[in-house]
Amino acid sequence: MSAVTQIDEDVIEIRGLVTGFGDVLIHDDLDLSVKRGEVLGVVGGSGTGKSVLLKTIIGLIRPRAGSIKIFGQNALSLNETEQRLLDRRYGVLFQDGALFSSMTVAQNIMAPLREHLDISDALASEIAAMKITMSGLSLDAGTKYPSELSGGMRKRAGLARALAMDPEIVFLDEPTAGLDPIGAARFDDLILSLKDSLGLTVFMVTHDLDSLNRITDRVAVLADKKVSAIGPLEAVRNASHPWIHEYFSGVRGRAALASTVQQSGERPLMA
Amino acid sequence: MVSAAFTTEQDSNLWRIAVSGAWTLEAGLNRVDMELRHFADKIMGQKLEIDLSGLESLDTAGAMALQRTMRSCSIRDEIAAEPLFGFAGVSDRHAKLLAEARNHLLPCDIEIAEQGAFIQMLERLGRGAGAILHDTLSILAFVGEVMAGMWRIVRDPKRFRVTPTIHHMEEAGLNSTMIVGLMSFLIGAVVAFMGIKVLRQFGAEIFTVEMIGITVLREFGVLLTAILIAGRSGSAFTASIGSMKLREEIDAMKAMGIDPLEALVIPRTIAMVTMMPVLAFIAAMLGLIGGALVAWTAAGISPNLFMARTQDVIVLQNFFVGIVKAPFFAFFISIIGCYQGMSVEASAEELGRRTTMSVVQSLFVVIFLDALFAIFFLELGI
Repeated sequence: MSAVTQIDEDVIEIRGLVTGFGDVLIHDDLDLSVKRGEVLGVVGGSGTGKSVLLKTIIGLIRPRAGSIKIFGQNALSLNETEQRLLDRRYGVLFQDGALFSSMTVAQNIMAPLREHLDISDALASEIAAMKITMSGLSLDAGTKYPSELSGGMRKRAGLARALAMDPEIVFLDEPTAGLDPIGAARFDDLILSLKDSLGLTVFMVTHDLDSLNRITDRVAVLADKKVSAIGPLEAVRNASHPWIHEYFSGVRGRAALASTVQQSGERPLMA
Repeated sequence: MVSAAFTTEQDSNLWRIAVSGAWTLEAGLNRVDMELRHFADKIMGQKLEIDLSGLESLDTAGAMALQRTMRSCSIRDEIAAEPLFGFAGVSDRHAKLLAEARNHLLPCDIEIAEQGAFIQMLERLGRGAGAILHDTLSILAFVGEVMAGMWRIVRDPKRFRVTPTIHHMEEAGLNSTMIVGLMSFLIGAVVAFMGIKVLRQFGAEIFTVEMIGITVLREFGVLLTAILIAGRSGSAFTASIGSMKLREEIDAMKAMGIDPLEALVIPRTIAMVTMMPVLAFIAAMLGLIGGALVAWTAAGISPNLFMARTQDVIVLQNFFVGIVKAPFFAFFISIIGCYQGMSVEASAEELGRRTTMSVVQSLFVVIFLDALFAIFFLELGI
């Protein structure tokens, strides 16, 4: 599906991960690897800890046990400088964009640039303008405040901000949730085209069967506190786990898989 | 990582830029970008070729800077045809990024257009005046709505919500007694100290009793209670109703046919109106006790004497003049708190702004009403 040749290198490597809150165990001895240049879709029922996994990888939640390696570095034992350097190498799109509400979209995109780099105003605003158009926002969106944007536009603006520092990995938390089917399909196209041109690795938590089908190279299914199946969608959907069976063979699963199974090649940059 | 650099040379009417190093933000693209801008200004409109064979790595910002230079120099028609026009020695891994950057070199609004300082000042003045007028009218309209709602309840008492009312009486009333009492006790003590200090000069320390009695009963007890409650409970009303508004709970209520005025505003208002006089009473009594304690220890006025003099001189009138103001203050604190909460739209930031406004406006109204009452009682000669 992807035009970029995949180098078989694990950019994220999780071994024996245990997380939990209080008495509740969310992940128990979970293993997962993400390869460079792939789009990995993470699915699972509500409460299986998809978002917790994402937040654990980016260091917002501390696991009880296990190791997380990002770009070969142990992410759990970094000092402050190393952590800052690592933070620059990935971008995160939170569920509703998580844009800073007191700043315009352009200021939001420039925020990480100004925080991490010493660059001129002219260059910063040019970069912001570029990310705005790359993420498919209209040209006048830069001066708008997040409260003036629709849900889909907020996600695009959030993606633009996640891409501000030219990250190697982007984490997407339900990127298409709350979008209409057309908006969701366009967002899928956007992720694909950006992945292609920028050489991104994408870690995507999603519930959207269509986008799983269209843009992921591999799918990881979280169930029973572990990754119970991982691989290309075709392989995963035939796994024997009852939840997986129900997920992909339910009415909606069958419909989504039937409709767009023959998608391949390059898509237009912005639909 | 070798930092970004470039060299230029001119070959008859063709300029050539040879790029080397890493053209990324991390590797100091900012510095090169300045030089590149100067160079582009100099050769604007002339033919340009950019040689990328020495390029190590490239990020979107680097690609953008290169494409921007190319665009500003070469002739537009030729550029439009081919994304990599004018570039030489482009490696495969950079071609895609460079082409992508070509597509996004669009002028985009970044800064909000600003007018001159004087116009801005006039605009702010106008907006501010308009907002005051609008707020005043809306609060009056809200008062009317609440009154109408209360009248509906009077005619149909079944609609009165007892449980939330009691809850808010506890929340805004009972839970405030400690702080209100403590504050009033201290204020009484402070007034007594000041009174003794000043009156001693005339040998009239005994009049401290009158001073404490009149100030605490007539003004301080109720006024400070109102100020404290405006800060404590008025803001809480705005915050809780405002966050319900943000989570669309108010809309859900309306959709279910529940009147938010009846369910949220009236219970709070009634609770506040009933509890404030009680709090004001507690404040007045503790203020007297604080004053009496200081008068006893610092001026030797015994509690018996203090009590007797208070009963003699401080007629009940002063107490009633104070306490009668409490329900009015309570009503407006509650109304403003609820009104601001109901007016929250869109963002959590506005919730914070509205909460601040609720406190400021209630304090203003409380003090304004107090002044009106003072004039009113003065005219009546009480």
